[in-house]
Amino acid sequence: MVIDTRVCVGCSACVYACKQENSVPEGYCRDWVVQESGGEYPKLTMENRSERCQHCENAPCVTYCPTRASHYAEDGTVQINRSLCTGCKACMAACPYDARYVHPEGYVDKCSLCKHRIEQGLETACVSICPTGSLNLVDFNNMDEKTKELLKGKIVYRQKEHAGTEPSLQWISASNKPGA
Amino acid sequence: MSQGQNISRRDFIKISSIFLAGSTALSAGAAQAFSGADSSVGDEGSKVVYSFCEHCFWRCGIAAHVRDGKVYKITGSDHHPLSQGKLCPRGTGGTGLLYDPDRLAHPLIRETKDGRQFYRKATWDEAITLVAEKLYGIKEQYGPGALAMLHHGYGVSFFKNMFSQIGVNKYAKPSYDLCCGPARQATVLTYGYPSDTPEGFDMKNSKYMVFFGTHFGENMHNTAVQEISEGIRRGAKIVVFDPRFSTLAGKAEHWLPIKPATDIAMMQGLMHVLISENLYDKAFVEAHTVGFDELWESVREMTPEKVSEITDIPADDIRTVAREYAFHAPAAFVHTGRRTNWYGDALQRIRAIHILNALVGNFKMPGGVVAFQKFPLVQPPPAHEHPAYEKEVHSKYPFFPEDEPSNTIASHEIIQQAISGEIKGLLIYGVNLPETMTLGRDKAIEAMKKAEFVVAVDVLPSEVTGYADVVLPECTYLERYDDLDNGRAFRTPFVALRQPAVPPMYDSKPGNQIAKMITEKWGIHGAFPPSVEKGLDKKLKLVGSSLAEIKKKGVLVMPETDLYRKPGEALNLKTPSGKVELASARLKAGGFDAVPRYTRHPEPPTGFYRMLTGRKPMLTFGRTANNRFLGDLATAKENEVWVNNRIAEKHSLENGEYVHLKNQDGVISEFPVKVKVTQRIRTDAVYMVHGFGHTSAKLTWAHKRGASHNQLISRTEIDPAMGAVGFQNNFVTFIKEA
Repeated sequence: MVIDTRVCVGCSACVYACKQENSVPEGYCRDWVVQESGGEYPKLTMENRSERCQHCENAPCVTYCPTRASHYAEDGTVQINRSLCTGCKACMAACPYDARYVHPEGYVDKCSLCKHRIEQGLETACVSICPTGSLNLVDFNNMDEKTKELLKGKIVYRQKEHAGTEPSLQWISASNKPGA
Repeated sequence: MSQGQNISRRDFIKISSIFLAGSTALSAGAAQAFSGADSSVGDEGSKVVYSFCEHCFWRCGIAAHVRDGKVYKITGSDHHPLSQGKLCPRGTGGTGLLYDPDRLAHPLIRETKDGRQFYRKATWDEAITLVAEKLYGIKEQYGPGALAMLHHGYGVSFFKNMFSQIGVNKYAKPSYDLCCGPARQATVLTYGYPSDTPEGFDMKNSKYMVFFGTHFGENMHNTAVQEISEGIRRGAKIVVFDPRFSTLAGKAEHWLPIKPATDIAMMQGLMHVLISENLYDKAFVEAHTVGFDELWESVREMTPEKVSEITDIPADDIRTVAREYAFHAPAAFVHTGRRTNWYGDALQRIRAIHILNALVGNFKMPGGVVAFQKFPLVQPPPAHEHPAYEKEVHSKYPFFPEDEPSNTIASHEIIQQAISGEIKGLLIYGVNLPETMTLGRDKAIEAMKKAEFVVAVDVLPSEVTGYADVVLPECTYLERYDDLDNGRAFRTPFVALRQPAVPPMYDSKPGNQIAKMITEKWGIHGAFPPSVEKGLDKKLKLVGSSLAEIKKKGVLVMPETDLYRKPGEALNLKTPSGKVELASARLKAGGFDAVPRYTRHPEPPTGFYRMLTGRKPMLTFGRTANNRFLGDLATAKENEVWVNNRIAEKHSLENGEYVHLKNQDGVISEFPVKVKVTQRIRTDAVYMVHGFGHTSAKLTWAHKRGASHNQLISRTEIDPAMGAVGFQNNFVTFIKEA
């Protein structure tokens, strides 16, 4: 995913759409919105962004899962096999992005990148609802022209790269100047 | 009865929970008996029903996903031009309203026994009979002018038709007075046509967008947010004048924390720079406008230095914005905003905005001001001649609109007339009057107590229903047909259908049936079509379509219209001069300033701060206040009062602590509110989101969450020209919890 924080307004449409799509129980969510402001008055800055599981290529949750419930799917996403999950929370402790929660039914749950939708050729619920077009579903191994254009010349970052997780979410920084 | 003693013939009644939805099992039979008719029916009884949203006035197209008789998901309609497949949280949150356990489940009638007032559950026939008798009795005894309707929501058309059958046309939508009215009328006076929704700005093609205190992004006006985002992607610069560092300000090239209530001075300063530095579009101004000399005279003294003293914005910043604005023009605009009435002079403020637009010649230019078109729907002739109206417009304000049949008087005039006794009967459709900013809470309650008869049509047991004689439970917008929607103007004109995704739950009914039942109780037959479906079909046949056709996608869309003017094209505007009126001949004739002039507004007393308001992106004020689905996120659970860090220090306030607020007249917030200590607001103002602090215990989610902004409004300024209500001259201070 490429998340363009220049346009994100933090409305949380992605969060509610995900909750409905994936029947996420009350009080929990698989994605969430961060509004970060900095600077000194009146020179303030702000970045809004939608966050979720980063579907890392070197995912600590997979490494530390004792039952192999957390695993890499064929498409490279990180998925959880609920029937194998014991709810031991080792993955939650390992995840640097705090992307997981214990479902009231006892298993650990998180963003599946709407696997069921992708398999039907649809975009994820969050991407398809986002009014600002901040969320972009991208195959980094096979990037299309539109995505290349979107990323070109921009300040783009990944979160907690030092953790060595090789996260699959990339963020276009809100600090990019107009027309960058 | 002696004056002053027991003026209320009506006390607030807490609706007993046995009448609410939570206690009633949904009839499974009803759900099964309902045939969803046309819509894309999928596997295993699932289907998608296209309709439009009612969670705000924007009315985006929605796709309601139904499975086993339940709406399990709502997404943006791909077919509807205003949503284009996208939707804000509130649209998704329709399920939270539909399945709200607090919903009104039965008609209720107020009764008094042993001096105690209470509601009893009534049958529809009982309730309708009583409403029909009371309304007709008032009309017979006092004349049609003694009846009035306050309304909010798209189902109102049926009640308008109902009332028009007995010559009543005193209707007010508070949203006009509080929100869009000044922009509408300022556009009429300047360009000769009313502004619309979406507002006429070519945002996605703009290179420079200037906003005064409007909060796109927090106001999730779907299409506007989509277009601003597209503009940002294409490299547009954003400028925001706002005392608060809003989400939109967070995207701005320049955030200018203007001193509240000085906006007109800033606009005059920008005009001064545009004219004195010869940055304006001379050719456009000469060919297409009138009143330039008068305008220049009015801003000649408003130098950036003088304006800087008034607005607290450095003179160089004023020059920079004016120069950049002119540089990017005509693909640049100053936006009129929404919820425009702040200080009772909004008509002039929006006029000033339009003048700033006209000066750079952006009218009907790519990236500038444009006039979106509406779908030309033909209205079928009425079945009966209506009785002659007393008069078409009841408002005393000279620039109140004359061409809006659903809005013939200002809402505060209705409240005042109910208090004075001129209005005896009130129908309140979808307006939670005690929490609506019209004249503050106390006046609203006084009006309802004074009226002889009040009927409320609502979905939830909001505060207003406690003051009614009869409460009629309407089903939600997901359970009913309403009139066709061609009220929105856009690049591709369209007409949209509201259709039920599921049948009405409990003993609720759609407004179209309620209004018809009352009308027929009056012995008037034929005022409504035999069924709402037949009526819609008839209207659609007049434009060569049908109900069956529109049901498939929920919308009929015309090709994109040409929004831009051609070189040398005459504008032929419907203003007195036929041109853009920098100086308004009509305002001058009415005894008002022909050009906008800054006037000083009251300043907060020492230790008090101007109370500013806005909204959260997932909430629409009262309409979503009790929505558990939307309220589930931490950011949606309550409102906070934003306090500048220096002010917080002065009052020893900690981030996250709860305080009561007290306004300049000693009104103390009923509930405490959480303090948000932030650099994101000036030191002379505080900010809180409207729509919290509900007192009705029957709104089991909303009750006691946050503080009511409305309760703290005890001072209002009415725009003398067009009647809108300003309420930002209320000031608050903090009372720390003991």
